[in-house]
Amino acid sequence: MNMENRIRVLVAKPGLDGHDRGAKVIARALRDAGMEVIYTGLRQTPEMIVNAALQEDVQVIGLSILSGAHNAIVPRVMELLHEKRMDDVLVIVGGIIPDEDASELKKRGVAAVFQPGASLEEIIDFIRTSVKQTA
Amino acid sequence: MKAMAKPAGVVASAARKTLSGIPVEPVYGPTDIRGLALPEPGEFPYTRGIHRSMYEGKLWTMRQFSGFATPEETNRRFLYLLGQGQTGLSVAFDLPTLMGYDADHPTSEGEVGKCGVSISSLEDMEILFRGIPLGDVTVSMTINSPAPILWAMYLAVAEQQGVDWARISGTLQNDILKEYIAQKEYIYPPRPSMRLVTDVIEYSTRHVPRFNPVSISGYHIREAGSTAVQELAFTLRDGMEYVDWALERGLPVDSFAPRLSFFFNAHNDFFEEIAKFRASRTIWANAMRDRYGAKDERSLKLRTHAQTAGCSLTWQQPYNNIVRTTLQALAAVLGGTQSLHTNSLDEAYALPSEHAVTIALRTQQIIAYESGVPAVPDPLGGSYFVESLTQEMEKRANDYIRRIDEMGGMIPAIERGFPQTEIANASYEYQHEIETGEQKIVGVNAFTERNEEAIDLLQIDQTAQQHQLEKLAKLKARRDSNKVAQTLDTLKKAAQGSENTMPHILDAVRAYATVGEICDSFRDVFGTYTETSVV
Repeated sequence: MNMENRIRVLVAKPGLDGHDRGAKVIARALRDAGMEVIYTGLRQTPEMIVNAALQEDVQVIGLSILSGAHNAIVPRVMELLHEKRMDDVLVIVGGIIPDEDASELKKRGVAAVFQPGASLEEIIDFIRTSVKQTA
Repeated sequence: MKAMAKPAGVVASAARKTLSGIPVEPVYGPTDIRGLALPEPGEFPYTRGIHRSMYEGKLWTMRQFSGFATPEETNRRFLYLLGQGQTGLSVAFDLPTLMGYDADHPTSEGEVGKCGVSISSLEDMEILFRGIPLGDVTVSMTINSPAPILWAMYLAVAEQQGVDWARISGTLQNDILKEYIAQKEYIYPPRPSMRLVTDVIEYSTRHVPRFNPVSISGYHIREAGSTAVQELAFTLRDGMEYVDWALERGLPVDSFAPRLSFFFNAHNDFFEEIAKFRASRTIWANAMRDRYGAKDERSLKLRTHAQTAGCSLTWQQPYNNIVRTTLQALAAVLGGTQSLHTNSLDEAYALPSEHAVTIALRTQQIIAYESGVPAVPDPLGGSYFVESLTQEMEKRANDYIRRIDEMGGMIPAIERGFPQTEIANASYEYQHEIETGEQKIVGVNAFTERNEEAIDLLQIDQTAQQHQLEKLAKLKARRDSNKVAQTLDTLKKAAQGSENTMPHILDAVRAYATVGEICDSFRDVFGTYTETSVV
């Protein structure tokens, strides 16, 4: 836990998808809710994301994917986190993720999948509750 | 964060303002339009429409944006839609194609065919348009950074079909400025990208005169979260930037301006959307005449395509989306659009299923043939409310345009993050209104249900990628790689200079150089762009 006690979150846009409206709104909302947020910007590879998470010492990674490429990208991120012994980092995913895929991702260790219409309040509460539990 | 407000028993309208924040009075009357001098439809500045008879003369084109998986499958969808009464084609490409990567590039893994059709070479384009006579069907292509390349492939297919380029018509989106602002499918930095856009405009003016070389777009700006006023202002100002560059190239304004086309969103606030379309024509006509001295009437008339708002579709209670799309489509028709795409009910989940896209097309057909709406041009002309809104939108959009002018134009404005910041702020504010319940979204924060029925979705699996990879490998094995290398070399030299790159892109494409190979040649010369994120 860092000295300031603020939850540190990395919000990332993996892959080629440039639709960043959701990711930006979430990044800003989390900041307004008192978290320390690093937004990676676009076109991040899983390697870049995990490295950034390591460098920034975050407790949470939020992945935003609307392109349908989540089944290729998310498992790769989980794999890398495991390789780097970063399994304690909470991974949440948002975007266009069908229910069946969401279940699969959770089996791989994703803590939550937020589908369209999820409220900011819901996401913030989830992070606060989940990070407290792992502290 | 405030708890979400519970919906009231009787739902009144939200705050008394439009989605853009324009205050809405309790009632409108004659004093609100006192002194209004309204032109006739077909009369400068075309507020009431660009043609006197509008849809009586010719209905808007029903042009459903489509594309998924392989060119073979997309070709089938195209033929299906044409068979169901669609009157024009519109191609959606996948992310690798949009970003200038072939299906076999490492970055394409998992992305091939997911958001649109995968096109890596001329061979794919040939398959895409099999059985579709390009001399008779107009085609719109949503492609930006690699636009010249995909356009060259399209022209090459027309050539193969024996169709004279002077006959073919269609639209290339080719609007790179809004990529930096909103859609984020840029490859190279702004100035070299503008050069490529201008190459297409110039080549089109000379060799493909019925083609629209740009579709100056507000749709994506709106989808990124802008207000209607911002959508209007940034789109038109982008248009002016393209005019500036074409003039700089030495093209007389009336030689290219008639073929500049536009693309607006058709969003929720019904009357505001209609006012937006009307104001767009007024602002553009005035700018073309007074700012640019255009004389040809066709240079002054803003022609537009419209698409109903994707970002308004909900995951919850997806059948409600049919209703949203209908209202939005109606607004676009009342606004006088020349061409229209209606979204499918399942698009918060996936690309449209055949069933869903058929309903979307029928929506247009019902408006066209059963509602009576197309019988009269600008039926809302003279409405106290709509005319007030039109004037207010014109004023607010012109304010933004002036501010961007003062910054030195759209490129400096983009470089300092101005439109991006406006959009980020508008989108955050809108989300906040949804969170508090001030803005009700039926099914999401009001009138919610549990245990909703699942709908049948279009599935795109990895077989599309597999198929494309195999095809591409075979192509690369059988083509003349020396010829390819030669054309790419010539292209690079042209890119380094200032000549029009189109003839060289055409040569490369005819030799079956791929999208990725040609884009890489440009990457080598122009470099790539990395944005400074604005949250």
